[in-house]
Amino acid sequence: MELLDNLALGFSTALLVQNVLYCFVGVLLGTAVGVLPGIGPTATVAMLLPITFSFEPVTALIMLAGIYYGAQYGGSTTAILINLPGESSAAVTALDGHEMARQGRAGPALAAAAIGSFVAGTVATVALAAAAPPLASVALKFGPADYFSLVLFGLIVSIALARGTALKALAMIALGVLLGTVGQDIYTGTPRFVFEQRELYGGIDFVSVAVGLFGVAEILRNLENEQTRTAIVSKVINLWPTREDRRRIVAPILRGTGLGAALGVLPGGGHVLASFTSYAVEKRISRRPQEFGRGAIEGVAGPESANNAAAQTSFIPLLTLGLPAHPVMALMIGAFIVHGITPGPNVINDEPALFWGLIASMWIGNVLLLLLNLPLIGLWVRMLRIPYQVLFPMIILFAAIGTYSLNSNAYDVYAIAFFGILGYILIKCGCEPAPLLLGFVLGPLLEENLRRALIISRGDPSVFLTRPISAALLALAVVALVVAVLPTIRRRRAVVFAEED
Amino acid sequence: MRTTSRYRATARMIAAIGVVSLAAACSGNGGAAGGGDAANYPDENITIVVPFSAGGPTDTVTRMIAEPMAAKLGGKIVVQNVEGAGGTVGAGDVARAKPDGYTVLMHHIGMSTAPALYKSLGYKPLEDFETVGLVTEVPMTIVARKDFAPATLQDLVTHVKANANKVTLANAGIGAASHLCGLLFQSTTGVKLQEVPYQGTGPALTDLVGGQVDFMCDQTTNTSGQIAAGKVKAYAVTTPERVKSLPDLPTTTEAGLPQLKVSVWHGLYVPADTPPEIVQKLSEALKVALADQGVIDQMAKLGTAPVPAQDATPDAHRAKLDEQLGTWAKIIADSGVKVS
Repeated sequence: MELLDNLALGFSTALLVQNVLYCFVGVLLGTAVGVLPGIGPTATVAMLLPITFSFEPVTALIMLAGIYYGAQYGGSTTAILINLPGESSAAVTALDGHEMARQGRAGPALAAAAIGSFVAGTVATVALAAAAPPLASVALKFGPADYFSLVLFGLIVSIALARGTALKALAMIALGVLLGTVGQDIYTGTPRFVFEQRELYGGIDFVSVAVGLFGVAEILRNLENEQTRTAIVSKVINLWPTREDRRRIVAPILRGTGLGAALGVLPGGGHVLASFTSYAVEKRISRRPQEFGRGAIEGVAGPESANNAAAQTSFIPLLTLGLPAHPVMALMIGAFIVHGITPGPNVINDEPALFWGLIASMWIGNVLLLLLNLPLIGLWVRMLRIPYQVLFPMIILFAAIGTYSLNSNAYDVYAIAFFGILGYILIKCGCEPAPLLLGFVLGPLLEENLRRALIISRGDPSVFLTRPISAALLALAVVALVVAVLPTIRRRRAVVFAEED
Repeated sequence: MRTTSRYRATARMIAAIGVVSLAAACSGNGGAAGGGDAANYPDENITIVVPFSAGGPTDTVTRMIAEPMAAKLGGKIVVQNVEGAGGTVGAGDVARAKPDGYTVLMHHIGMSTAPALYKSLGYKPLEDFETVGLVTEVPMTIVARKDFAPATLQDLVTHVKANANKVTLANAGIGAASHLCGLLFQSTTGVKLQEVPYQGTGPALTDLVGGQVDFMCDQTTNTSGQIAAGKVKAYAVTTPERVKSLPDLPTTTEAGLPQLKVSVWHGLYVPADTPPEIVQKLSEALKVALADQGVIDQMAKLGTAPVPAQDATPDAHRAKLDEQLGTWAKIIADSGVKVS
């Protein structure tokens, strides 16, 4: 078995003492930056890249990769505990994870996230080892038109993120897309919606929007409530998932893993969609859709698995083709070059120890993350017992410092306040921030690919229908839209009939 | 992505704090000698500012030469990445730095194109800097999707002339080396092509390998892995000499398009009014570094080579900068690219 030989080579490389050590350093740092709002994996990898120049190439890559997927793990912790997502994927985890925390079930939510991530990491590692080159060649079939349709599909699917009506969710998505257009146009450099404010040229910062809409709005909501004003949770029901919980998370973890692993392969932004799509799928096929948004453990387990699987398979284009899927991967390309390895399709043959060592290290990293995170759950849950009048100023302080440190730009801190108030108003109007955030993240991707597809086709919009992948995705989008809107129409008619009676 | 630049900015800030604290610590050790004294130069750490991201080609080249240069000068060199706005943020920082030889800038061809691309630059390349010497000229390659019809560079020119309304030319964004090379290709052949901008080389190359766009022009550092693996079709290299890592690839001159000459040339700068003795010391150290066998080998892996010793001098560098400023001002003005 060639695969077994390769894996043996991989593990013999990854299990070298210094490689295990730096793998641990990587996932530990990753968890830390994932937990802290503001600082993200890209910044951390960029900062530490020069330090790794003196390492062996494989050691350097193992550590940098560890930071990346470790951060995906850590990001869910603050999302669950204090409704503060640091990455777009964690915003989905916050929906049900934080509800669970409010109900005194932060422990099971954190455990579901950790276990789901571990399973996903393991499966994705196997996928990487067994099928990386064929998966990569499939990913290359995606052109700008296909990405446009994929993102559009993702946006429509995300209507499911909302508890309320489809119309309000659509309005929130549209608002998010519009907010995403602020800043300089990537094709011409023309500033848009900047109102002559130099600070807006780079666009609105994602972290400001997420921290404001989720974290600060949540605090405002808690402060008006007598009970939550003292502490988020007065009682902790259980620390570990119950037998019922365990039964309920198995299928979502497996589905999320499959979905995430597939989407993560796409270099043009598939990993961004993974957690959102998984959430939508779980809500759609659940027998208890009404529980989603009110503390359904499936809504934590599925997206977290999808997110971690995608984080891992997004290495496929990098390792097999030498093509980066996102900024962290672009930095990893730099690490290859610095170490005298020409990134490209030949790495897998020229540097087998490096390729398989990195893959094996990902599984080791996932084990380390599980060992690191499960014991921490008790500690995290205890944090929620801090009196709220002490906790909430701390949350705001850390969020403000984290956001400010991104760009030393006071404007980003003002933006937190602005989006905090906006988020509070939206909650009061029964509009939910999650679809808005998704629109904000996917909007620029949607526009970029729409325009690129039309540039390449010389303005002929038929490309979206003549390309098979794009046509199929658009058809799915239409189905998703009908499925999302139908119940609303039906319900409204039911209400009308009820009134007539 | 727009979040990236923010993240990078954090790194930049933290790096800056690190450099400042390091410099402070070392000047403490060095006693009262202080900077600016040409005879004792260097008696504290020298910082080379790279106006691009850590791990990029320019950063890599800088780190290669930093160590042998430091050995020759008898001091320490710290490499600092100050990114933003096509390298103009880092260049601006160095232009305003104290002209004592302790702040050095590594910049590439972008030094000569920035005045034509940016409205309010805040510095003048020829007036606000002293040139130290050229470092390397990274060749560019003209590459196409694997199944693109033309077989040779001549065929490509004929093909794009006949199908100007069909062919797509990718680049990594306004002001990127690939964009400049594409502009030069269009002005040389006299054809106006449909350009498809991307956010960086990675996504552009992804779509080229995937066959979504027809061709592009990019540095060997980015393309040689793909060329060697046969994932893209290569037509020519844009330097006078062939590249060692791609021995079968003809030069543009050999392929019949001698006007298409462009390279991503790198040079070292210090702020204007730096004492000439210090500039001379830096230039000497650069020459020694470029003759270092380790540096030559590492550069060869990237598909490039050090410039000849006579070009690693302030005068040759200034002449190159002067000539390139004129060339690009015209090409960019003719292309109708909007300045921002």
